[in-house]
Amino acid sequence: MKLKYTEEKLMKVLMLLAVAVVLAAVLSIVWTICVRGIPALSADLVFKTPGKDWNTQADGGFLNAIAGSFWIVLPSTLIATCISIPVVFYITMYKRRSSALSYAARLAYDVLYGIPSIVYGAFAFMVMVMIGMRVSVLGGILVTTLLMVPMMVRSGDEIARGVPDDMVDASYSLGATKWETLKVVLRQVLPGMISAILLAVGRAIGDAAAVMFTAGFSDRTATSLSDPTATLPLAVFNWITMPDPFPDRAYAAAFVLTVIVLVLSLGSRWIAHVLTRHKL
Amino acid sequence: MENNSLTVRGLNVKIEGEHILKNVNVSFPSRRITCIVGPSGCGKSTLLRCLNRLTETIDKVEISGSILIGGQDLIQARDAELLELRRRVGLVPQRPCPLPMSIFDNVAYGCRIHGMHRNKAEMAETVERYLTEVGLWDEVKDRLKKPAAHLSLGQQQRLCLARSLAVEPEFILADEATSALDPVSSKTVEDLFVRLKENYTIIMVTHTLRQALRIADNAVFLYMGEVIESGEASRVFRDPAEELTRNYLAGVFS
Repeated sequence: MKLKYTEEKLMKVLMLLAVAVVLAAVLSIVWTICVRGIPALSADLVFKTPGKDWNTQADGGFLNAIAGSFWIVLPSTLIATCISIPVVFYITMYKRRSSALSYAARLAYDVLYGIPSIVYGAFAFMVMVMIGMRVSVLGGILVTTLLMVPMMVRSGDEIARGVPDDMVDASYSLGATKWETLKVVLRQVLPGMISAILLAVGRAIGDAAAVMFTAGFSDRTATSLSDPTATLPLAVFNWITMPDPFPDRAYAAAFVLTVIVLVLSLGSRWIAHVLTRHKL
Repeated sequence: MENNSLTVRGLNVKIEGEHILKNVNVSFPSRRITCIVGPSGCGKSTLLRCLNRLTETIDKVEISGSILIGGQDLIQARDAELLELRRRVGLVPQRPCPLPMSIFDNVAYGCRIHGMHRNKAEMAETVERYLTEVGLWDEVKDRLKKPAAHLSLGQQQRLCLARSLAVEPEFILADEATSALDPVSSKTVEDLFVRLKENYTIIMVTHTLRQALRIADNAVFLYMGEVIESGEASRVFRDPAEELTRNYLAGVFS
């Protein structure tokens, strides 16, 4: 009898320990980035592009990398959303439960989800070499889209499967078409879908491997889809091992990146909270 | 209001190869309450779902036979015809399931998709009429714009009923519509059904024999996917012709 109480206490301590490890990891990362990044940060760094003495002293900033990240992630998000939402609805609504096609689609997306982003990057690079395309914003957009679709489909699938069958039945029984029913379901899943999209954005914007071979790197701000562009994660990756003053800039860039991701994930929580008003 | 009966003829349903309903022949007389009773897994809910063609939202289902509403066969209906027949057959689910919108919009939803009203005033009137009919109006009239999900379960169930009624069906299907509710709400909904049979044909599945005894005019006893006995409730319950029905009523199996 006493043993089971001891057991419970032991497990509770272990769980607390696990939580502490997670919190400690988050805090130490944030701490490092803040301590190294904030002092290195200046208005110039964030709002200017590299000047002509950028390589040796403080002259300009990495606005080109910030812009590059958004240049790549915004269109990718749009394209990936346009691909993922129909896929989710098709495999969950039009082919409810079991169907060979939805099974195959789920399997495919699970596999794609598990593929490391560096492999996507390498694959896209190979294709680009084959068709004679140079590293560019467009290349970055395409591979980032490829990276985001499985993330969105997977979480969207989970969310859409959580829709009660009764709700679908209720809509059908009133004489609604599949499309009208889908719109009802959309209201139910929208908050979740938006969070899923923003989380995917958060992950994609921080991914260096995908854009390494495809978008390249440049000190100039990209002005067209065929220009190469710098991105924040790659800036961090490149600069951290370079001579001064680059490592400080790497931390500053990491700080900016972290703030962007933090805003995105807090934003997704807030949107979900606001939109769940009518949710069941 | 039209006054058509609903007749099921030679209905066979197979789901994933399993024979759920076997040659079901039964008719549901209009403006009466017909209770479908039988042990768990005997096909009661499947039969009910067939009457609204909801079975086809499940994959791998084979249906043969006919379900006649007036002169139309529900099984053969396609597209617009099917949607219209579904409108004429309302469904109240086991667990109340409001749509993710406001109380007002829940009732208005069906009318909107069928384009049944020309202006807002007409719509507001309809919503009020049906919320009153289910005895919910006084409870919710000040918060029509609030999410329906905030209502209590009993209120939600009456809201679902109002939602079904608003599209002016002739038939109401209820799948154990009171089983998830507390005794008071359950009584309210039950009384509501009794009142509604003046204008609607009500077909309900119930596990509670006592409830069936209280409100059924007609009864159908289903066992292992077959109709064992059907007819006047008083006769089926008090003087069953079949051994199986007698055993079930005596509680030998349930």
